[in-house]
Amino acid sequence: MAEPSRLATPRLRRSRGRDPLGLRRALSDRLLPALVAAMALLAALALAGARGAAELTARWEAGAAAAMTVQLPPSAATGGRLERALAALDAMPEVAEARVMDGARMQALLRPWLGEAPAVSLPLVIELRLAELPASPEVLAGRIGAAVPGGTVESHGVWVARLVALARSLQAVALAALVLVAGIAAAVVAVAVRAGIAARRSAIALLHDLGATDADIAGRFGQRAGLLVGTGALLGTLLAVPVLAGFADLAAPLLGSQPAPSLAALPWASLPWAELALLPLLGAALGWVTAQVTVRRWLRRLP
Amino acid sequence: MVRFDDVGLRYAGPSGLGPQGPAPEVLRDVSFTLPQGSFHWLLGPSGAGKSSLLGLMHLALRPSRGEVEVLGQRLSQLRRGALPALRRRIGVVYQDFRLLPHLTVFDNVALPMRVAGRGEAQLRADVAEMLRWTGLAEKAGALPATLSGGEQQRVALARAVVMRPALLVADEPTGNLDGVQARRVLALLREMHRLGTTVVVATHAEALVAEHPAPALRMDEGRLVAHG
Repeated sequence: MAEPSRLATPRLRRSRGRDPLGLRRALSDRLLPALVAAMALLAALALAGARGAAELTARWEAGAAAAMTVQLPPSAATGGRLERALAALDAMPEVAEARVMDGARMQALLRPWLGEAPAVSLPLVIELRLAELPASPEVLAGRIGAAVPGGTVESHGVWVARLVALARSLQAVALAALVLVAGIAAAVVAVAVRAGIAARRSAIALLHDLGATDADIAGRFGQRAGLLVGTGALLGTLLAVPVLAGFADLAAPLLGSQPAPSLAALPWASLPWAELALLPLLGAALGWVTAQVTVRRWLRRLP
Repeated sequence: MVRFDDVGLRYAGPSGLGPQGPAPEVLRDVSFTLPQGSFHWLLGPSGAGKSSLLGLMHLALRPSRGEVEVLGQRLSQLRRGALPALRRRIGVVYQDFRLLPHLTVFDNVALPMRVAGRGEAQLRADVAEMLRWTGLAEKAGALPATLSGGEQQRVALARAVVMRPALLVADEPTGNLDGVQARRVLALLREMHRLGTTVVVATHAEALVAEHPAPALRMDEGRLVAHG
């Protein structure tokens, strides 16, 4: 008589025994991970887009705070006019800091146009850091102009504020896309699980009759769906990494860097690695939860 | 013990209605008591309500009215979450076997124990014993599709009794078998009864009943027309 535990294919038999619902075939290990991989790729792009937009927003906001300048004629260096202007600007609550741009820096900035030794006398430039981005840069520029008679106020804050608003909008759109992708992924998992339920209806009914709890049956679907979705999300995330590195390189000039000369020099370190690492885990959790909810809802029709 | 008290059953959709208004009752005013450790035949023509009655006994259905008590538990007082534990004390043999085709004989028989969370080491000995008892030890690694009808029914019987149920219900267990196989399956059911299990066997096979006299529940058109 054969000993059941020592049959020719004990490993295969044991693995099948752990999958009484046959979910390895009912929930395909190809289509669902492939669909989820595509969505994870989109999610990674949206995530990186949201983070990139946030960085641009912060940078442009910081730039806007230092972007106002007041120019005085060279003669203001004598007679205390410069000091009076600085005192007037320091007294304004909107101004966090007012300082005179040193000559060496100004020459460096103007060198492309004026050469090493400018033949013209350069104006005095006071750089202003603002306490916060003004709601109306034009009004603030008018007030500064009034506080510093004879000064020329330069402000590109209007454009910066508009760019900041645009970047914030992009950030919101990217986050909305992320939520949408997650919703679509959940819907895809729910459809796949429903198909799995339909394919294994009689086996589920049998397990139910044998005394399996809803948690047990739903848990089997949840484990399988979590594994497949997590795997798909991992693949999609891995595919997204080089794409994101390329985008980061394209965006480098906007963030004050130079484009990479070679593949190895791409800005790998600037990628949102922590968020990317979370994507497969979040995907697995999404698959598990969606499968649990779908199966438990279906099981409620059984007595 | 199994007790039915004025039980009615109707199959209805979620609305409580059938396709043409209120669904008709498939069981009406059914009342009886089966003592613990008894053996009963369940007889009646097709459509008499035998399978519905067995479905209520093994908790695959819940009554539309009346009270069903199984193994000392009143169904009306049990939460849904408490039913799985009670189901594990009931063995069921289906006419169509309901073996899982992708599992071996061993794994089909082991299924109730795995559902109950038994460890692999413990269930291995119990399943091996059940397979020896049903004469299927040599078939442990086979898939159901490679077995004869009689062998499949014995696998189903082994699965039904591997948890040593207090109640065993069998729905036409010999319906698809020849005479020799039918007698073999019935002998196993009688053996379970001898070991103290309450056994209820639904059948059309009057000849088999005549060979093994026992108390009978006789159904007709959803009513219990004779008991004894």
